[in-house]
Amino acid sequence: MDSQGSAAPMPVKRPPLRERSQGAVVDTLFARTTQFFAFLVFVLLLAIMASLVIGSWPSIRKFGFAFVYTTDWDPVAGVFGAAVPIYGTLVSSLIAMVIAIPVSFGIALFLTELAPVWLKRPLGTAIELLAAIPSIIYGMWGLFEFTPLFGKYVQPFLIDNLGDIPVLGALFQGPPMGIGMLTAGVILAIMVIPFITAVMRDVFELVPVVLRESAYGLGSTTWEVVWKVVLPYTRAGVVGGVMLGLGRALGETMAVTFVIGNAHRVATSLLAPGASIASSLANEFTEADDPIYTASLIELGLILFLITTIVLACAKYMLLRLGRLEGTKS
Amino acid sequence: MVKIDKASTPIFKRRKLVNKFNMVMSGFTMAFGLFWLSWILFTLLRDGLFALDLSLFTRNTPAPGSKGGLLNAIVGSVLMAGTGTVVGTPIGIMAGTYLAEYGKRGWLAPATRFINDILLSAPSIVVGLFIYTTVVARMNHFSGLAGGLALSLIVIPVVVRTTDDMLRLVPDSLREAAIGLGAPRWKMITKVSYRAASAGIATGVLLAVARIAGETAPLLFTALNNQFFSTNLWGPMANLPVVIFQFAMSPYDDWHRLAWGGAILITFGVLGLNILARLIFRKKI
Repeated sequence: MDSQGSAAPMPVKRPPLRERSQGAVVDTLFARTTQFFAFLVFVLLLAIMASLVIGSWPSIRKFGFAFVYTTDWDPVAGVFGAAVPIYGTLVSSLIAMVIAIPVSFGIALFLTELAPVWLKRPLGTAIELLAAIPSIIYGMWGLFEFTPLFGKYVQPFLIDNLGDIPVLGALFQGPPMGIGMLTAGVILAIMVIPFITAVMRDVFELVPVVLRESAYGLGSTTWEVVWKVVLPYTRAGVVGGVMLGLGRALGETMAVTFVIGNAHRVATSLLAPGASIASSLANEFTEADDPIYTASLIELGLILFLITTIVLACAKYMLLRLGRLEGTKS
Repeated sequence: MVKIDKASTPIFKRRKLVNKFNMVMSGFTMAFGLFWLSWILFTLLRDGLFALDLSLFTRNTPAPGSKGGLLNAIVGSVLMAGTGTVVGTPIGIMAGTYLAEYGKRGWLAPATRFINDILLSAPSIVVGLFIYTTVVARMNHFSGLAGGLALSLIVIPVVVRTTDDMLRLVPDSLREAAIGLGAPRWKMITKVSYRAASAGIATGVLLAVARIAGETAPLLFTALNNQFFSTNLWGPMANLPVVIFQFAMSPYDDWHRLAWGGAILITFGVLGLNILARLIFRKKI
């Protein structure tokens, strides 16, 4: 190791060999430790998946694939099917996205194009704080404050005005109880708006100023710049942000548990109480005494985890694609 | 030559109208977002402020109908959030260090980064299930430790992400200078990179603490709840979010009042941490 030192005419003073090799040992040790923990994070996802598969094995063996599309949920008889909570999860998240996507786009547009500079930061922070509020607070506020008003004013309005339209009307039937899928969807929308907005705002700012200015120079209005220049350029990122919000909405637990009504029924009406995967877990897990009941609930968790992982992986892929585009063009 | 007054052609008028309409709508969506924030904060202040008194911090959770406070829940929450942070932060910083400092080559760093971003948004209730099947079911009882571990799994991705991002912002010239002076790599990282990125990493840790302070779902079937004062991490432990959940869902008015008290504590604690994190970040960078 110190062959050069001895070969030189004037031996360079170096620290003794032992000290140096100790340094090298520490160096390797440090690198290996960081690598180990990175690997730990890497396997965490697989570990979660594996533990859920093992935990739900009795249920997987007993019900097979039918678990996904049957609607029975009978703890007494020990028969379980996940169709109701899966439906509830998908529908409440879908409602949330229908509301959240245009609103987030509007807010991102406002923050990037319209707001005066001195307002940008405080307004942006305010929207981000919406994401900081714990979900249990959304749930509690939803149950005590939002639900009564929603059931008193908004739901009767929807029933009166949309309930008679064929096909669409079927979605707005039944008594206005305040709680239900639609309520859960609205609250989910409020919760995911900050996430989608944050991504949209970030990707909008990635658009090269030259593109923007050329469009303005050709006489475009602000809206045309956003709609025909900014949005096409950032399409992948916007879709990624939307998927990210969807992933959040699918897995949201506490807020939904408070307001969805927790009824294991299939109802076409959005005003009827329902159940989502996460709310079923939150409500029933500690009460499940039968091993097959627990296993079925864990399988619900597994299904939720699979769905969100796929959605989030797509989100990440889209955002990476935008990043690559950005990398090649500039 | 006929002069066309452009400002009055129908197309021009329509474009202007569309633009104006959409800009107004955009303003409305902004107001829509702020509306919910202020409504939630207003409700919390209205119902929570009168629930705030000294007994909230000096008494334990009561049976319905009797007086009490949230002492055991507050202590439990602090202990578990502390456990989660103490376990999660070093793991997160180490893994983040690998991604930013050693991850230029090889498959592990990009793959971990990808997976970490998925974990960042993974449903927290599934994390609770994971700890239930791996820890609680093995130990055969619920425990504060399991709750803390569940929270640490939420801390890790947040810290990994910020550490990675912040270290990658450190200019390579600093690193080269340190290496050029003969410092071994680990010394370069701990003495130069970490120091340059310290404000950012601290922000990440604060945000992670803020995130777990209000997490309920992962605690439901790991720490469960405890009616009594307990600092024993090996047994079930009371914590604010689960107490709020239980009390808010109950039919008793005095429990509701305590739930609002807990809600205002958590929310303003979390919002305060968020704002503090922002201030630190802005001052240092």
